[in-house]
Amino acid sequence: MNLNVLQFKSDSERLTHNLDHRERIQSALKKYYVARDDKKARFQDWQAARQAAAETKWEAVNHLDKYLVEFADKIEARGAKVHWASTAEQAREIILGIVKEKNARRIIKSKVMTGEEIHLNAALEAAGYDVVESDLGEYIVQLRHEAPYHFVFPAMHLSRGEISDLFEKELGSAKTDSPEELTMIARRVMRDQYLAADIGISGANFAVAETGMISITENEGNARLTCALPKVHIALMGIEKVLPKFEDLALFLPMLGTAGAGQAVTCYNSMYAGPRQPGETDGPEEMHIVLLDNKRTHLLADIEQRDALHCIRCGACLNVCPIYKNVGGHTYGTTYQGPIGSVITPHLRGIQEWKHLSSASTLCGACTEACPVKINLHHHLLHNRRNAIAQKPVWWEQTLFHLSSILFNHPALWRLAAWGGRIGQLFHPLIQGTILDPARAWTKTRDLPPVADQTFKEYWRSRQK
Amino acid sequence: MSERTNILARIREGLSVPAPVPGTHELHGNEHATAPAPIVPGMVMKWLPPVGATFGDQVALFAKNSFELKTDFQIFDSLGELQGALKTLAQVEGWQRIGTHRGTLNDAICPALGLPMMLTDESYATPDLEKCDAGISECESLIAQTGSVLVTTRSSGGRALSVLPPHHVVLVRREQLLPDLPSGFAALKQKYTGNFPSFMSLITGPSRTGDIERILVLGAHGPKKLTIFCV
Ligand code: SF4
Repeated sequence: MNLNVLQFKSDSERLTHNLDHRERIQSALKKYYVARDDKKARFQDWQAARQAAAETKWEAVNHLDKYLVEFADKIEARGAKVHWASTAEQAREIILGIVKEKNARRIIKSKVMTGEEIHLNAALEAAGYDVVESDLGEYIVQLRHEAPYHFVFPAMHLSRGEISDLFEKELGSAKTDSPEELTMIARRVMRDQYLAADIGISGANFAVAETGMISITENEGNARLTCALPKVHIALMGIEKVLPKFEDLALFLPMLGTAGAGQAVTCYNSMYAGPRQPGETDGPEEMHIVLLDNKRTHLLADIEQRDALHCIRCGACLNVCPIYKNVGGHTYGTTYQGPIGSVITPHLRGIQEWKHLSSASTLCGACTEACPVKINLHHHLLHNRRNAIAQKPVWWEQTLFHLSSILFNHPALWRLAAWGGRIGQLFHPLIQGTILDPARAWTKTRDLPPVADQTFKEYWRSRQK
Repeated sequence: MSERTNILARIREGLSVPAPVPGTHELHGNEHATAPAPIVPGMVMKWLPPVGATFGDQVALFAKNSFELKTDFQIFDSLGELQGALKTLAQVEGWQRIGTHRGTLNDAICPALGLPMMLTDESYATPDLEKCDAGISECESLIAQTGSVLVTTRSSGGRALSVLPPHHVVLVRREQLLPDLPSGFAALKQKYTGNFPSFMSLITGPSRTGDIERILVLGAHGPKKLTIFCV
């Protein structure tokens, strides 16, 4: 078993037994469900909007070459510099190169999931730069040296008490159990950071091909400050973020706000069309866009799963996933957690190492139902399972299937097995849950349903008499 | 340049096999390989939350959204009334210094407050703006559907004025109220096509966060208060 599997198993085992954790996640999500249902109900036709969003993304992804070039050319014409990175390493080098060239020391970052994906902070810190996360949740997990727990709510797993202790230890602030005071502590720290930073790094939620803009969605205003105050703005984004038209935002911004956080739209939705233009008195002098492939083209080449690139990272599928709700975000060990993470991680990082995630699903379809761009998530999880097995069959599974088929094809053997099962059941309690128990994985935490006294055949025969 | 070529080559190679269109999750050979019908502009309005037909409905909707968002929205009959209300606000909150920019409404209202003013039309020092008690800006439009204010660098005093001071005050004329997001984007396009401002933003309520136990806190990094005075 590879390390990822072992880690997933032991972490999920530990967390599912942690009732505090479960309680915290459930209560956070309950607030989300109420708000989301309210905002969804305000749409005149949510299903038609979903279909339109899915079709718009289809158009963009299936003509990605065209729209990406259009976006890059347009935004370059407005003075931004576009960089293309095939790998995580190239992206890090590009960003480090800009930072070095600018003689920058301090870097402020608003939330960038692609930054997590390429381990940008570690690279910048290793090169001797200070990087501060400005999103409150990201800042909290940064202080704890953790990865985000959820790609929309990074610190969802922590209680205010834990955050207060953390701030006390790291920032020397007084203890408080008021979320408001805790937020203000971070606000004060961050204000100095914005004013002192030489470089601001952001992500992008959308890139508009038609007009050459990126669009950033947020609630706190940290991204706005990150893209307004430092002299240089670097935006790191996946190549799949493109939308064809400016007006498409009129559909996508409310859908992202509603599905993602239960808001009609989030507090700030900002479009950036290049660095400071002639006649403008503030904003960065330079803007750099780093377009990241990092195996996205691998996913693109798979026609069956290409639509996973439609994802707008709203997190709705995580919020409804029974597995996510119980095992939590860190257990996945991936940049993108939950159903969408389980779908794309095998493509981005290797199917054999990450195929276990596809089994971390109840296949209930709640994720598919929640997805605002209609990605058929639970079917993709099945496809991943199939692909992993087709690529590298597991010998003992194959043996089992082979033996079962012999059993099913020979009535005499089947009768023998049914009889054996009933006898075996009498003795099962002696070994139940122990190492000797062949059904241990199941019986450790659950009862095995009793084998019926009669097989169906026997029952039928007795009725005929 | 070479990574651009490489990435585009990989994309084109990947796209050489068409994918089924959304809504048809199974593969049926290539029968669905054509692009879906593009969204007709105007359709979107039929799916998004309704806005009401009359101007009065839209004002009421904007007011309702503002209330939910904890935005202070007030509508006045004359410039004089607006001026009075702003003066009271400045006194109640004890403003010492304001940040603002040139504009017909601002020019008519702000100087009369009698407070030291910092204008962001000329180059300015960010720490000075940070020390202002309020940022008073104009905007492109208000969006009834979402309760948003649409600002741009050109209409609203740059990138920082509306986000750095702790209180953002928007002065706006009632003609600037638009029904929905599609009309907001269409208006921007009509006004700026060919030369967009480098920054455009929909501001929907004062800055907020729910990062701690999903409990709403206002004023995370941006303004703690948003006031919209409409005349
Ligand atoms: S897969 Fe769908 S629901 Fe999940 S994050 Fe992406 S867009 Fe949202």
